Amino acid sequence: MSVPSATRTPAGTAAPAVTPRTAAARRTRRRALGTLALLVLVLAACAASIAIGTRPLAPGTVWEVLTDRSLRTEEAVIVWDLRVPRTALGLMVGASLGVAGALMQGHTRNPLGDPGLLGVTAGASFAVVLAIALLGVATPAGYVWFAFAGALAGTVAVYLLGAAGRGGATPVTLALAGSTLSALLYALVRAILVSDSNSLDAFRFWVVGALAGRGADIAWQVLPFIVAGLVLALVNAPALDLLGMGEDVARGLGQRVWLARAVGLVAITLLAGAATAACGPIAFVGLVVPHAVRSFTGPAHRWLVPCAAMAGALLLLTADVVGRVIARPGEVQVGIVLALLGGPFFIALVRRKRSATL
Amino acid sequence: MTTHLSAGHAPPTAPAGPPPRVRLAAEGLRLAYDDRVVVDGLDLALTDGSFTAIVGPNGCGKSTLLRALGRLLRPAAGQVVLDGRSIARTPTREVARVLGLLPQTPVAPSGLTVADLVARGRHPHQSWLRQWSSDDEAVVTEALAWTDMADLGDRPVDELSGGQRQRAWISMALAQETDLILLDEPTTYLDLSHQIDVLELVARLHAERGRTVVVVLHDLNLAARYAQRLVAMRDGALVASGTPHEVLTEELLADVFDLEARVVPDPVAGTPMVVPVRRLPR
Repeated sequence: MSVPSATRTPAGTAAPAVTPRTAAARRTRRRALGTLALLVLVLAACAASIAIGTRPLAPGTVWEVLTDRSLRTEEAVIVWDLRVPRTALGLMVGASLGVAGALMQGHTRNPLGDPGLLGVTAGASFAVVLAIALLGVATPAGYVWFAFAGALAGTVAVYLLGAAGRGGATPVTLALAGSTLSALLYALVRAILVSDSNSLDAFRFWVVGALAGRGADIAWQVLPFIVAGLVLALVNAPALDLLGMGEDVARGLGQRVWLARAVGLVAITLLAGAATAACGPIAFVGLVVPHAVRSFTGPAHRWLVPCAAMAGALLLLTADVVGRVIARPGEVQVGIVLALLGGPFFIALVRRKRSATL
Repeated sequence: MTTHLSAGHAPPTAPAGPPPRVRLAAEGLRLAYDDRVVVDGLDLALTDGSFTAIVGPNGCGKSTLLRALGRLLRPAAGQVVLDGRSIARTPTREVARVLGLLPQTPVAPSGLTVADLVARGRHPHQSWLRQWSSDDEAVVTEALAWTDMADLGDRPVDELSGGQRQRAWISMALAQETDLILLDEPTTYLDLSHQIDVLELVARLHAERGRTVVVVLHDLNLAARYAQRLVAMRDGALVASGTPHEVLTEELLADVFDLEARVVPDPVAGTPMVVPVRRLPR
């Protein structure tokens, strides 16, 4: 027959197939380039964090100390005992906060979702204040376990409160319970601080959020929790893609919604709890990082979660390095730098419509 | 695009032989939100290859029934049976390979492209071991083409018009490759020509793709034109069930909708058409 073969194929199956394929390739390329750029920047931030500090060291000296572990000079002590652990902690905590923010925004389908919403920060603050006021604990290494226990207790309390309603725990009841419990705990924290000025002195250095003064011991203490949290976050990513279309659609596609919620909740608690325990409450990373990353990954969580980890680490390390430089010979705590940087950064992001909504 | 007007009102006449298999059934179903019982003692059987529209006044429980049929709502009593097995005891992913559903006005995350949305319909066919395959790719490409969305594959869903958006979701349901599809008021917020467009597509799912379709619809005339079988509900109970001619009578409209109306043949399709006169006092 002389009929052109194209008309015999089912309508449209042959020709338009090219369009989505090339478009998908373009999307993948943009994501891959963004991921690669993030990776390079994170490595650069690590290098800067090790090279730059309150005590000026020549890059050559730093390199020499890093490559030759037999040196026991003063410079070697600065690099190996202060800067390397601080950088490692910045990487871990930044990644945790970025990923916790991405999970929180995904689960609540709320672009203003922040890990603090679940009572993690308030619970940790309350526990630290109790440890200072009642037990006289006075070092960051001493706060870690109290802060972590407080973060866990805060999340569990928020979950129980949020699940008490007739519909069970939904993102909305959890957020409501979280802000209620946070308000209550902060009131108690203030009540203790007002009546005890010694506690206030110790607490105010914890509550600004800092990487300074944390040794390798703290990094090792929180590492297992952060690794577990990151693994759970990656496992949770495909489910978050489905939940993004609403619980009904997710169920219709065969997702067990309660399971996805449970995995997400545990991951957020581990990540935000460990980060807060190690460094004190650090705002903005969890809120801003997922927005920034979404502008090149799109809403797919299997890209968003790993990229939020890298971008969180990048943001925290950069802010920490900036804090070491701007107030020489002193330092500005990373929590303060982030608040100063984060505000304008977030306004700029929101003004770009594409990344402002979920 | 060609019209498929005949698809809806000219069902293949049942050949002599065994009656078609029941795919999805409600047995003694009682549905409640907390203590408020919405549906009570409802029985319904949906046969293989049927196209059923559930109609009824606002608040009669038709969407609630559809949610229960799609295992989104756990019955307070009774059960939903899918292919002879209680749907509550079937793993949800297994159900998702047989039964697809579209809730009323679903919302896609901002920035999600049409192609990615349709690709997510493949989820029940994937696992940790078996990720995205060329099979999945082929099914998605075909679903996009079949719903006329291939050119819009790269567009974000939230930037589409209402009619295109509904097409994208139906395309996702198609890519899910389920024998049964439940749709909750797929024409909500659409103008008349897009309502027709969406229902033509649903009718083609039934006629060309052999899907068993259950749809909750508000518009009686469109329900009568496209569905083979109407199920009328009032106050959580099933009042009438049968062909559009059997169900859409002046008496039933008075009983179920408190509506005085004339029923005349649709001049285009020949199906019953409701011409309202006035609302009757209850």
